[in-house]
Amino acid sequence: MSLGPYTSFIVTSYTLVAAVVLLLIVWIAIDYRHQKERLRQLDASGVTRRSGRQATDVR
Amino acid sequence: MTLIDLANPTKFLALTARVLPWLAGATAILLLVGLYQAAMAPDDYQQGATVKIMFIHVPNAWLSMFVWGVMSLSALGTLVWRHPLADVAAKAAAPIGAAFTFLALVTGSLWGRPMWGTYWEWDARLTSVLILFLMYLGLMALWRAVDDPSRAARAAAVLTLVGALNLPIIKFSVDWWNTLHQPASVMRMGGTSLDKAFLIPLLVMAVGFSLLFVTLHLAAMRNEILRRRVRSLQMMQASQQAA
Repeated sequence: MSLGPYTSFIVTSYTLVAAVVLLLIVWIAIDYRHQKERLRQLDASGVTRRSGRQATDVR
Repeated sequence: MTLIDLANPTKFLALTARVLPWLAGATAILLLVGLYQAAMAPDDYQQGATVKIMFIHVPNAWLSMFVWGVMSLSALGTLVWRHPLADVAAKAAAPIGAAFTFLALVTGSLWGRPMWGTYWEWDARLTSVLILFLMYLGLMALWRAVDDPSRAARAAAVLTLVGALNLPIIKFSVDWWNTLHQPASVMRMGGTSLDKAFLIPLLVMAVGFSLLFVTLHLAAMRNEILRRRVRSLQMMQASQQAA
């Protein structure tokens, strides 16, 4: 597959899209772990939800 | 499970926990197939190999508007029906929509340089999409700026609905004004003007990116629900300590 004289424009476009999509995935995964950790800490400190369920119950 | 059940954040979390792995798998498969088809697509007789940028530029451009449309429906859900997940959906969608809009602008610019001879032109299509990107950033800033979530939700919902006026301007800018950007070639009166060799990979990539949005959006909504649960528990903890 030859991309001709505009290879740099095509490769840069695809690389950038891949990088931004990867960043979104990593950001969402880190945010999830962060929120779960905060809920775990609240659980450990004895705070419970009004329903009586544990804070970390995310089913 | 009915739609009413989904108004309950806990039931929403339970459902999405089951659905997300399947959605992520389907997204990965579709994007891999789309990328393979895009790589194998022939060069355009005028644009040469740069036509391959279309397979990522167009889905991102479509999604930049589609995500604002989803946020506008959520805004109605916040203002009219006061659905508990409506603001969660809108807030979770904004950064993802901003990312798609950013990618549409940059890939369009990288496609424009070899084809038009310039990275940027202040024409109606490019400028209206840039305004959309700035509106995404403004909305994200608004949610961060207002402490009270319900006040932030109402203000963001109003701003989202006002911003929705920009969507038809973006869509029809190439028809209403004389722009450097080409007119619509897929969704237009009289059918598509794209050859099947380009249309099929483009549609596969568009569906793949749409599924990517749904997957990321549901995951981000789960995070937002957990963030609000953390906030309410912290407030309960603070009031218990004060008592």
